[in-house]
Amino acid sequence: MFPTLARDLAAIVGETHLRQARAERVTYSMDGLPTHRRVPDLVVLPGSREEVIAVVRLLAALGVPFVPRGAGTGLSGGALADEGSVLLVLTRLNRILEIDKNNRRAVVEPGVVNAKLGAAAKPHGLQYAPDPSSQSACTIGGNVAENAGGPHCLKYGVTANHILALEVLLADGSLVELGSPGGEPGGGGPDLVGVFVGSEGNFGVATKITVRLTPLPRAIRTLLADFSSIRTAGEAVSAIIAAGIVPAALEMMDQSCICAVEDSVYAAGYPRDAAAILLVELDGRDTGAVEAEADAVADLLRKAGARSVRTAASEAERERLWQGRKKAFGAMGRLSRDLVVQDAVVPRSALPHVLDTISTIAKNYGLVVSNVFHAGDGNLHPNISFDATNPTLKHSVEVASAEIMATCIAAGGTITGEHGVGIDKLRYMPLIFDAESLGAMLAVRRVFDPDERVNPGKVVPLHACREWVSARPRAVA
Amino acid sequence: MTILDKVTALLGEGAVLEAGTDRVPRVAPGSPDAVALLLGTAHQEGWRVRIEGAGTWLQSDAPADLALTTRRLDRVPAIEPSDLTATAEAGIGLDQLRQQLADRGAWLAIDPPGLAGRTLGSVVATATAGPLRHGFGPIKDHLLGVTFVTGDGRMVQSGGRVMKNVAGYDLTRLQAGGFGAFGVIVLVHLRLRTLPRADITYVLEGAREDLTQVGEDIAAAGLTPAALELVSPALARRERWVLAVRLAGSPALVAADEAGLGAASGGGRFTPLRAEEAHAFWMRLAEGFAVRPVTFRIGGVPTASDELLDLLQHQLGDEWISASPAAGAIRWTGDASIDRLQRLRRTLAGLEVPLTLERAPWPQRGAVGHFGAYREGVGPLVAGLRRTFDPGGALVVATEGT
Ligand SMILES: Cc1cc2nc3c(=O)[nH]c(=O)nc-3n(C[C@H](O)[C@H](O)[C@H](O)COP(=O)(O)OP(=O)(O)OC[C@H]3O[C@@H](n4cnc5c(N)ncnc54)[C@H](O)[C@@H]3O)c2cc1C
Repeated sequence: MFPTLARDLAAIVGETHLRQARAERVTYSMDGLPTHRRVPDLVVLPGSREEVIAVVRLLAALGVPFVPRGAGTGLSGGALADEGSVLLVLTRLNRILEIDKNNRRAVVEPGVVNAKLGAAAKPHGLQYAPDPSSQSACTIGGNVAENAGGPHCLKYGVTANHILALEVLLADGSLVELGSPGGEPGGGGPDLVGVFVGSEGNFGVATKITVRLTPLPRAIRTLLADFSSIRTAGEAVSAIIAAGIVPAALEMMDQSCICAVEDSVYAAGYPRDAAAILLVELDGRDTGAVEAEADAVADLLRKAGARSVRTAASEAERERLWQGRKKAFGAMGRLSRDLVVQDAVVPRSALPHVLDTISTIAKNYGLVVSNVFHAGDGNLHPNISFDATNPTLKHSVEVASAEIMATCIAAGGTITGEHGVGIDKLRYMPLIFDAESLGAMLAVRRVFDPDERVNPGKVVPLHACREWVSARPRAVA
Repeated sequence: MTILDKVTALLGEGAVLEAGTDRVPRVAPGSPDAVALLLGTAHQEGWRVRIEGAGTWLQSDAPADLALTTRRLDRVPAIEPSDLTATAEAGIGLDQLRQQLADRGAWLAIDPPGLAGRTLGSVVATATAGPLRHGFGPIKDHLLGVTFVTGDGRMVQSGGRVMKNVAGYDLTRLQAGGFGAFGVIVLVHLRLRTLPRADITYVLEGAREDLTQVGEDIAAAGLTPAALELVSPALARRERWVLAVRLAGSPALVAADEAGLGAASGGGRFTPLRAEEAHAFWMRLAEGFAVRPVTFRIGGVPTASDELLDLLQHQLGDEWISASPAAGAIRWTGDASIDRLQRLRRTLAGLEVPLTLERAPWPQRGAVGHFGAYREGVGPLVAGLRRTFDPGGALVVATEGT
């Protein structure tokens, strides 16, 4: 790399915020997925928007590729930087710049942790609805880049439904303002905020984010239903959706996951002998209405074959039920040395069949697959526990993962609902998009970043793209 | 060979319709592939093509060599009531689609302005949401994926037909509100809801400022109406301004919000409309925006609604106007000169409020553009995207004025 680069970066951010020693850089060689590892050449942690701009403009002048990174909790290898790339860590940009109670919006820096924003909104009677299970660590910038979801996105919508405006620093160092304070595209043109959300750091760095806040529900009912087969639990999900009830959340866990949670410090009192449980939450303004819906759901659950349906009697009990769900990935970490958290989506009516097939695949390869997922959206997380030091097992995990993806695609689904493509799912992209559509994606990326310098090698498999020509008049940085 | 001869050779006689009053040949491809074939040829031959749906919303008057209408793309390949999704071709009329969905107990929760036969594709391309935006979000929130054909005839799919999807960049959102500048939408995957079991509309008449206050109180009380719309007297065909509140959902939810409505009405009394009255009220409102020459929308923050309504009244008059104050969205219709529209857009841009010109005769549309007065850095991106998806400039769209 450029001999003077480290010195020039240090001049911008200060020595203490530049990581050069290999031992320090290795800390940044993974995200939340244990199967990919890459050590960046340099890690830089700017402390302000101005420093980010100065860093990116310096890298632009030298033509050096870089990778934005939030908390590094991503599950597709998206925030990894190769040798030859600089990792741009944004966690020090962690200020909430404004909470506008009357207009129900907030303006934040990208490094603000999701749960911190929620806590800051709460005294105003508001919430930031998207609640990934990693919310105590992940950043709003990372959420925007991945279009993160969470249990309560069933009713409230995913990140894309909550971003009104973005200030984005393009790879060439120029700033653009996407969207507008009211949420309409800025200038009335195409919805570039929508195009940026979920672009996995390929279109530039989000430096300022305007989010929509929603009123905190005043009434909440949380139900726990348990089933003697996964299939009936899946059928219960379909019954609720078809009845036109939109729960705030509708989550499923299978037995392997239940036991992992119950064996951990997050034990929530889930019945260990159940083949599956559903956690269903109803919320709203009016207690009577929420109760009526909860009763209707309980009825549907019983009719669909639930062994028992129980309502959380107190806020403490509700929190405990949720804690088990939100910490399930962590709890599963105890099952074996490594855990691959998978992510795919199927039509909700296909859940029973797809879950059956996944368990057959697991059996065929002798693997432990645990399911914990956003059932209401059909967003599966079949998680495979294994020991990555065993090459045979590692190979089986890869083949089984591919079969699971193929099953979901065949059912009319897709390869990722919230964790993104990153590097992990590049190989599956040609299974759902033809060469023309992949080429179109690459062409759009080049409009934002003509040299493909920000987060190179992610999302779109270059070899599978048909040729497109795209052009952007170059802006002066 | 004339253009028409070539098109006939390419797509068959059945694809050629009678030309409109401006004599521009009108072609109706019968499949997405036929659209791709036609645009590919147009790109090679240098033809300029304007895109039309049913021709009930945007004036069919853009100068072009050829008009491509999507009206024969009217199939509905899939309705899945148990998944609450559907796939429909872009040329289907919204009224027909609504009927087919209702037959299966499903509901597309959008009520865009325009006449009943307006095509789905035109609603998506122009992102024209109606009052239901208050409760169910903008048009883009109802889309799971689209297939579109670029100006040089390439067919691109984006998104899919499941509820969540982050595979690849979201080109669906580029098409929602792109006004066809980035391609012709041929197929749409939709997110549905079940038909609401209770659906009731209340109206309150009064002075505009008082009603805005009531609207704010309703939002502050945490009520969750499907629509909360402030409508000018002329559009509502009433003596005074009207605040219309539509409650839709489960009977329990609707009953709870009905009770809350009384408490939030600031002393005024909301009156319920009978089902057919409510239907007529919302339909009149939607149609009201399709008859005068110019219609535009602006979007600001909710607390600016009053100030923006004042500004519009001052600059253009507020005879035909409707606003969703809690969503910060205002729609205006009437007649307005190029100069006035441009001035208004500039003034609004200073307030960070975008103006989207939804309909206007070509002279105004061409000069003012659907979009414009972009925020920092957006212009080059839009230009780059336009060049990417229509490299030869075959698609005649008044993107940002001439
Ligand atoms: C235990 C656990 C549970 C999880 N649960 C969920 C869940 O329920 N739902 C869900 O959706 N995800 C979940 N995730 C995945 C992960 O937390 C999300 O993808 C999250 O959005 C990543 O945020 P981050 O700050 O860690 O981003 P990182 O992992 O650091 O980065 C992710 C991507 O965002 C890009 N990026 C980061 N910041 C910016 C920026 N400012 N501008 C542009 N690009 C940027 C990076 O380049 C990278 O491509 C979970 C992860 C774990 C470990």
